[in-house]
Order: sequence, then structure tokens, then C-alpha cells
Amino acid sequence: MPIVGVLALQGAFHAHARALKQLNVEVREVRLPHDLDGLDGIVMPGGESTTMSQLLLSSGVFDVLTQRIADGLLTMGTCAGLILLAERVLDARPDQVSCSVLDVTVRRNGYGRQINSFETDIAVTGLETPFTAVFIRAPIIEEVGSGVEILAVHNGVPVAVASQNILAASFHPELTSDVRFHELFLHMISSASTVR
Amino acid sequence: MTSTSSNSGSMRVNRGLAEMLKGGVIMDVVTPGQAKIAEDAGACAVMALERVPADIRRDGGVARMSDIEMIEGIQASVSIPVMAKVRIGHFVEAQILQSLGVDFIDESEVLTPADEAHHIDKFNFTVPFVCGATNLGEALRRISEGACMIRSKGEAGTGNIVEAVRHLRSIIGDIRRITQADSAELFDWAKKLQAPLPLVQEVAELGWLPVPMFCAGGIATPADAALAMQLGAEAVFVGSGIFKSDEPAPRARAIVEATTHFRDASILVKVSRGLGAPMTGIGMDEINQRYAERGW
Repeated sequence: MPIVGVLALQGAFHAHARALKQLNVEVREVRLPHDLDGLDGIVMPGGESTTMSQLLLSSGVFDVLTQRIADGLLTMGTCAGLILLAERVLDARPDQVSCSVLDVTVRRNGYGRQINSFETDIAVTGLETPFTAVFIRAPIIEEVGSGVEILAVHNGVPVAVASQNILAASFHPELTSDVRFHELFLHMISSASTVR
Repeated sequence: MTSTSSNSGSMRVNRGLAEMLKGGVIMDVVTPGQAKIAEDAGACAVMALERVPADIRRDGGVARMSDIEMIEGIQASVSIPVMAKVRIGHFVEAQILQSLGVDFIDESEVLTPADEAHHIDKFNFTVPFVCGATNLGEALRRISEGACMIRSKGEAGTGNIVEAVRHLRSIIGDIRRITQADSAELFDWAKKLQAPLPLVQEVAELGWLPVPMFCAGGIATPADAALAMQLGAEAVFVGSGIFKSDEPAPRARAIVEATTHFRDASILVKVSRGLGAPMTGIGMDEINQRYAERGW
């Protein structure tokens, strides 16, 4: 059984853990650097990216995590998690850190305040039927680098992307009971371990 | 860009924002300057209000929704979610806050109630609401009116955690008992709690409320925050505890750390050092107005 970490510094980590457990994965909450040892994958949840940035630094998780992802650790990021992975973040706090491992430009709160938050059905590459995507004060993906595949688009804007070892979305797959998006991530993990 | 956002304000979208605040600290602020300090310290949201509860308690008078320009100033000064309080039952204050683009409304017993029988019908709004509760029945009544988050009330402005502990234990204890009840007993629970049966059945099945539950009212130290979290709260609100202490910025930061690492005593030791004096606080027998008794 693969062991998947869920970054549990702040945010919607319980919802991700619930989805992963439904898929028969061993889940570990990650708050300190040693929690990262022996993981087959990690999920960076939604929440407040400024809060998580600060806690990533004070806990010492930031440097270790960034190195592991750069070395190929399979990683899924949603909403704030996407911000923490992006190479370029607009409207961030000046002291806010990012692992800078995904070649995209995102704008924090790009979809606006909570009254502009919404849910809608979208087509996702690899899923046969539409997926309900929940956007909450979501970051908007403004640019996607050449090595990054776009998996889903809403109103002409990319909302889910993948690189070699990273799956990321500006929406929240953990807020519905549909676990197919998490399944895509687990497929990445199982195909990587077959290669290994 | 969000022209197809026909599902704005759906239960899932609004409970979802509550989900995003879990594991975090929501801090009461009365000025843009305080909001900035809160964001710098790692707050996951700020709560804009006219006066912190300790000052409302001291000054007396009618406590209302915060000044509009102050709320706008706070919205302009931070990038994290901004919440604001309205009086219980004052749906027009809520309409104004929604129109201002506030991210979450707290229908709060800390302000002077505007209606002695009715809470706001929160289904009439796009913006999500949080409400206080002292027991499970109160929590479920608020959820039945559309609240997307519950906070245990505690006793605001006292710096005394005892009431928050009482309310958390009451709510979580009853949830635990309900999960042990058989289907026939759930009818009796609904009657006893004065709560809708379908919600009682949902609690029995989930083993939890259908919305996130945070803790408020009386948190003054990192240890208080960790206590609330270990008792089962999913995040904390800190009101007077930060800006009525000697050194708000380091205390705010320490409470953020303690809320994340709430089970790790060695980290709690580290973050609790050198914070200066907490707010003085008051005992329950010294106060003549219990805010927790407001709301029905």
C-alpha cells in the first residue's frame, strides 16, 4: 500500500486524507521534516498560502520538501497548494515562499473574493465524464510553461495541469465525494513505482 | 471571468471556505494596522469588528456592526479572507456586509442582539455565515438556518478558557453519545436537542457536525489554543487575547504555531517562551453579562 503524505500545517488536509483513505492509501499528516521520510507521494492542500508559507519555514519542512519534489517526489497541489508549487506567483506577500517546481504563473485570489467562488462541471483529460470543480477564492493560472500539460480548462483558462511528477489544480477535488481526481494522482504513483 | 458562476453561494462552496480555514487562527482586529499585524503573524483570516470583546465588556453600550470605512480599510490592507460581525437577527447589517464583499459573516452574540427570537435566515445570502453555539442543539439550529461553520461560544473578552472548554465538551460529548444511539433513540434526541431530526440523523452517521466546528471565546495563550484543538476544535478564533496582551505580534505568531503543532509539547514550550504578559482576564463570577446566553 502506498504511503501518501498530506501537508497538515493549515487548510483542508482532512478532506484530502478522507479521499485518499477511500482509495486504500496509507495517509500520513506532515507537520515536521521527518514526516516526509519514506513517502510515495505528497498532497499540498488548499488553505491560506501565506499562513502555510510561514509554517513551512518555521517547521523546517520547506527546504526538505522542495528538495524532495525537485528530486521527483510525486506531488499533488490544490488551490493554495498550487500556489506553493508555482514558479511565478503574482499578488503574493513579498515574504511568501514557493517551492518553485512547476512552470506556471498563478495570481493569488485571481477569481476574487468568496462571493465570486463557484462550482461548475468541467472536462478533465483522463476522466470519462465531467468532474465537479469547486473554486474557492481560487488562484488563476495565467501562464503555462512548455513542459506542463493542461488537463482541464474553464472559460479558456487552464484549471488543472500536470508535469512529470506534479498534478495541480486551482479547484478543490477534495470537496466532493468524487475521488477520480485523486485516482489520477495514485495512477501517477503506481506507474512511477513500476518504472522504478 | 466568473460569468458561469451560477453556483456561487452553494452549500458546498460556502462550507468549502470553512474547510480552508481549518487548522488556522482567525484574529479579531479593529484597524487596518492590526489586520496587517495579524496577517504578518500567519492568521488564516481576520475578523473585523468595532471594538474587541474586552472593550465592549468594559465600555458597555450597544455594540453594532463595524464602521464600513474601517471594514474597507481592512479589506484593502490584507490579502487573506476578511470576516465581520453582525448583530443576531440583524439581516440588514448582513446585506450590507455581503454587498461590501466580506468573505464570511459572524452572526455574533458579542454584539448587542437586534432580535430576541429570530436568527438571520442565512439561506437568503450568497456569503457564508458562522454562528456561535454552547451545545449541540444550538449548533444544529444554526446549521438548519444555513450556517456553514459553528464556533463554540466560550465567553468572549474574558481571557478565560473555561466556558469554551465547557461548550466544546458539551457539543462533542453529545455527538459521541448520538453515534451510539439506535435509530429509535434519535427521535428522542431530536426532541431533547430541539433540533431537526434529519440533522440529528446526519450527525449520528457522520460522527461529527455536517460543517466545521471552530473554538472561540477566551483563548489567551498558545496553550489555550492547543487545548481547544486537542479537545476537538478544528481551528480557533482569538479575540481580545492578542491585542489586549503586552506584545501582540509575537503572541499572535505563537498561537498560530501552537494551533498547527497542537499535540507537540516540545514545540508548545518553544513558542510559549518570552511572550510577555497575556491579557489579564477575568473570572466567571466577576462578570455580570454572559454573552453566551444571547442567541436561542
